[in-house]
Amino acid sequence: MDLSAINPVLLIAALMSAATPVLLAATGELVAERAGVLNLGVEGMMIIGAICGFAIAVETGSPLVGFIAAAAGGAALSLLFAFLTQITLANQVASGLALTLFGLGLSALLGQGYVGIKPPRMPDINFGPLAELPIIGQILFSHDPILYFGILLVAGVWAVLKFTRVGLILRAVGENHDAAHALGYKVVRIRTFAIMFGGACAGMGGAYISLIRVPQWTEGMTAGVGWIALALVVFASWKPWRVLLGAYLFGGITQLQLNLQGAGVAIPVEYLAMSPYVITIVVLVVLSADKSAAPGSLGRIFHASH
Amino acid sequence: MKFKTLLASAAIALGLASGAFADGHEKTKVGFVYVGPVGDGGWTFTHDQARLAVEAEFGDAVETVFVESVAEGPDAERVLTQMALDGADLIFTTSFGYMDPTNNIAAKFPDVKFEHATGYKRLHPNVSTYSARFYEGRAVQGHIAGSMTESNIIGYIASYPIPEVIRGINSAYIHARKVNPDVEFKIIWAYTWFDPAKEADAAKVLIEQGADVILQHTDSTAPHAAAQEAGNVVTFGQASDMSAYAPFPRVSALLDEWGDYYIARTKAVMDGTWESVDTWHGIGDGMVGIGEITDAVPANVKEEALALKAAISEGSYHPFTGPIKKQDGSDWLAAGEVADDGTLAGMNFYVEGLTAEIPQ
Repeated sequence: MDLSAINPVLLIAALMSAATPVLLAATGELVAERAGVLNLGVEGMMIIGAICGFAIAVETGSPLVGFIAAAAGGAALSLLFAFLTQITLANQVASGLALTLFGLGLSALLGQGYVGIKPPRMPDINFGPLAELPIIGQILFSHDPILYFGILLVAGVWAVLKFTRVGLILRAVGENHDAAHALGYKVVRIRTFAIMFGGACAGMGGAYISLIRVPQWTEGMTAGVGWIALALVVFASWKPWRVLLGAYLFGGITQLQLNLQGAGVAIPVEYLAMSPYVITIVVLVVLSADKSAAPGSLGRIFHASH
Repeated sequence: MKFKTLLASAAIALGLASGAFADGHEKTKVGFVYVGPVGDGGWTFTHDQARLAVEAEFGDAVETVFVESVAEGPDAERVLTQMALDGADLIFTTSFGYMDPTNNIAAKFPDVKFEHATGYKRLHPNVSTYSARFYEGRAVQGHIAGSMTESNIIGYIASYPIPEVIRGINSAYIHARKVNPDVEFKIIWAYTWFDPAKEADAAKVLIEQGADVILQHTDSTAPHAAAQEAGNVVTFGQASDMSAYAPFPRVSALLDEWGDYYIARTKAVMDGTWESVDTWHGIGDGMVGIGEITDAVPANVKEEALALKAAISEGSYHPFTGPIKKQDGSDWLAAGEVADDGTLAGMNFYVEGLTAEIPQ
């Protein structure tokens, strides 16, 4: 065992990067669920975002355009879900699962010409002298723009939900769509926007994997991150900052267990491998011991005639 | 009325069609069950290339079908049952975890031939097993890796703690240490065959911890991308050539060459000569290949590696030749003794010198 081989500064910097895809996707899903929509298609929207972002970044040479395309791609796919659940009143669980399967297949089709290509690299933000600071410089000021965008997104979603009229309407629609409808709010329209927001965030999360974290395109490369994002929203009891905490915890322990293995720690590897899931769940379950519950109308179909 | 007509004409068409096939033009249907997506660039990709080779060889006489990304377990039984019901004559299942499902379904379809890759159970006369002696290729990789490392730390991304993977680690380690007695292996178990993000993370961690050569027993090219970004780190293609990352960081590759075997077995089914066998071929039989060793490798190292490959190929050298001790210090092979296939097939111990522990 050689724990000195683990550099805690690098570990923290790496965990922030590892957490960003799940953070982006979970934040988007949180908004959708707060509006009362349970979209299990996060994995599908992420993989579509991964290939859209990758393809457009390669074609245009600009990773930033790639990320915008990823958001557009994820949102476009989510419109399919919106159509199924909001217009044709299909079951949300089944539609979400179908969306994931569809997304995985479609992305494999779209990505056929992009295997083995290297995408353009997104440069880290240049913080000048700040990045030179010992320890803090590398942890806080050595990342790509999307990582900071993810944190700002959490802050933004939190502020909008808590302090603004838009957030209040969104939550009202999620808590009791009949009451919101009686007050004159357009439930279907609001939910459609929430679904699209979720799709855009999931798409960017997928593109973070294909453009920054891995960076390359391979089929099925999101490998279940979307499902982790879904679980995270529930365990974070639909609160944005807890999503951030959960994502960093998960990313951190994932990185730590790889580091411990490399250092030859004599804990059975199976325990290390499952620790990110277990510890994240335990911490968030303890945190969610307060009285906050799921939005009242979560997963329920709304029709104005009901 | 209309519906009845439709049914009737469909039945006639079907009857005509099957009648035509009965004239001796019946296609041999070959099914493939894959553990990953065909676009993984590694393990499943090479099996699919071999499937295409079967199609190219026999043309219209065969029809191939495949199902990709099939979970190892009950899901595999469902897929296998469906394939057998759809009329497959021969089914290849290409991952270790399909071993029990393959045997279970083989019992229910005695007329269908099953071929399971990398397993050892042949419970029914219609089940064959086949695998490749990848450890022969890993010996060559280990030789290059031991010669190329400057930090004397070699990172190894392992998938699951099964004999196949442990054998590879041992073989690479023995031959790395032969050229470089100071070499140390750092092993990370990913518990997946294919998860690019996790493989990339594992590679980054190994590089952070000082490794300047990365060996992998997982299927994606993500570790190459991570090595390329880090700069001075050497990698090897796994299963397929992964030449997109050549000449550096990918300096050579371990190649899976299933095509000839699949063609031969399909032919055996067509001829009616198919029998249950256990095949374990290596470099000599062309089932394991060594991808081009690039010029990033010093000329003398490349020459030694090719000589090692040639010696293994003609059978004059076996990668597990004594004296070799087990990790706990007990004797395994005496000087000049060669490991028997039974021990190799069930290998569950590290050789002396490896500092890690095998997950139990």
